[in-house]
Amino acid sequence: MKYMCIIYGDEAKQPQPGTPEMGQLMEDYMAFTKDIQEKGVMIAGDPLQPVATATTVRVRGSKTETTDGPFAETKEQLGGYYILECKDLDEALAYAARIPTAAFGSVEVRPIMVFD
Amino acid sequence: MTLASLEQTQIAVRDMVREEWGHVLASLVGQLRDFALAEDVLQDALVAALEHWPRDGVPTRPRAWLLQTARRKAIDKLRRAANFRSKRAELTILHELDRQTRQDNVDDTIADERLRLIFTCCHPALAEATRVALTLRTLGGLTTEEIARAFLLPEPTMAQRLTRAKRKIKAAGIPYTVPEPDQWAARLGSVLSVIYLIFNEGYSAFSGDAPTRADLCQEAIRLGRILTRLVPTEPEAAGLLALMLLHDSRREARNGPKGDLITLEQQERSRWNRDLIDAGTRLLDDALAQGDPGPYQIQAAISALHAQAQSFAATDWSEITLLYNELYALQPSPVVSLNAAVALSYAQGAEAVLPMLSTLERQGALDSYQPFHAAHADILRRADRKPAAANAYRRAIALTTNMAEKRFLEGRLNSMLH
Repeated sequence: MKYMCIIYGDEAKQPQPGTPEMGQLMEDYMAFTKDIQEKGVMIAGDPLQPVATATTVRVRGSKTETTDGPFAETKEQLGGYYILECKDLDEALAYAARIPTAAFGSVEVRPIMVFD
Repeated sequence: MTLASLEQTQIAVRDMVREEWGHVLASLVGQLRDFALAEDVLQDALVAALEHWPRDGVPTRPRAWLLQTARRKAIDKLRRAANFRSKRAELTILHELDRQTRQDNVDDTIADERLRLIFTCCHPALAEATRVALTLRTLGGLTTEEIARAFLLPEPTMAQRLTRAKRKIKAAGIPYTVPEPDQWAARLGSVLSVIYLIFNEGYSAFSGDAPTRADLCQEAIRLGRILTRLVPTEPEAAGLLALMLLHDSRREARNGPKGDLITLEQQERSRWNRDLIDAGTRLLDDALAQGDPGPYQIQAAISALHAQAQSFAATDWSEITLLYNELYALQPSPVVSLNAAVALSYAQGAEAVLPMLSTLERQGALDSYQPFHAAHADILRRADRKPAAANAYRRAIALTTNMAEKRFLEGRLNSMLH
């Protein structure tokens, strides 16, 4: 089964660019990514630019509304994702727990819908 | 066959169905990997049993009969399904199993399947209330209506909860497996806490106006027995069963004639069920002998000390205090501190524990926890601090939903005001 691990963290509280903590976090992410690539578990995965770069679009009737900012203001922001191929939820949860941000933010695990 | 004996057979069949439900369902879920389908075809097989057995007699191996009939119903259903192509692998397996069942003994494999099913039903990816309902439905064989009644919920609400759970199991890929060694302890903990929740739901609802809820205690004990047979080397599983048996031994004695709550102190100890006490104590001794004590074994040991005491005054409160401290080391929670304080108040006097209770009150974690205010009130009463006790009783009463307990606390409040 394919699972998306959706990574949330508080941008204000997590390691900031240019700090040694950020350097460590990047290293942890690289090590984790390398491991899941080698195991053939990783299908995709990317970090996102900070939420300050987000733009939200809504089409109502024929009018397109474009607003600055994320879809919803929340304490934790979407920061990145992985798509993993796992045999079941237990395996996906075990990988999700190893995503470095899980140690201070949260990772939501959702199965990807399959049409058969 | 006469009408009377037909009816008798039907009752026998119904009883057997209740007993066999969890066994057969576990096996079907394991083979079909589809909760909803397994339940559907088992239901169909039961309808067939109710039709055939009264007429042709109950088969010598009813479990195997039900399993085989249900499996054939599944084959029919899968064949008719639109996505036949993707189901072909499952069909081949089912046909193979169908051939095998005629010779082998199904009971051993079913034991493994039931263990897997318990872990699935108690998976932490499901909400706690859902785990409870699902465990009662699939392993306990209770009907949706019975579960709804026991939890005082409308039947459609409970049915929806169960349907959603089965959908999530399938869609999210919650596995039918025994957890890996590194997850075993945490996942077994979830299973134990689900069973204990079921027990407590029944035990705290002792009042006569909800008799069906007492059945939840029996159901939890039955599940506890199943679990101890499935994981005989887990002392905490035995500890939980011992704890439930020991608590249950006092059920009669804590029920007053008007459905009132009788506290441990005032219970007539001759009304305690000696058989349950003996069974619980034996189980606990065997568990403790394995040398790996855990929270359930410690709580059972506390309950056993109460059971052994000739009277409330003769209770070994110092030993109970020590056990609560041991429990606190494993489970540092304010509720355990509260219990330790109560035990100590009997060992050393109510006055001695007032500072501990003040600290707990200041920390605020137990602010809306009814038992804290009830215990605080009682200790203040015994320390002769009437106005403070009256205040604590008022707070306890405001948080009490159980009518019998409310009456009891109001009585105590009154005696503080005169």
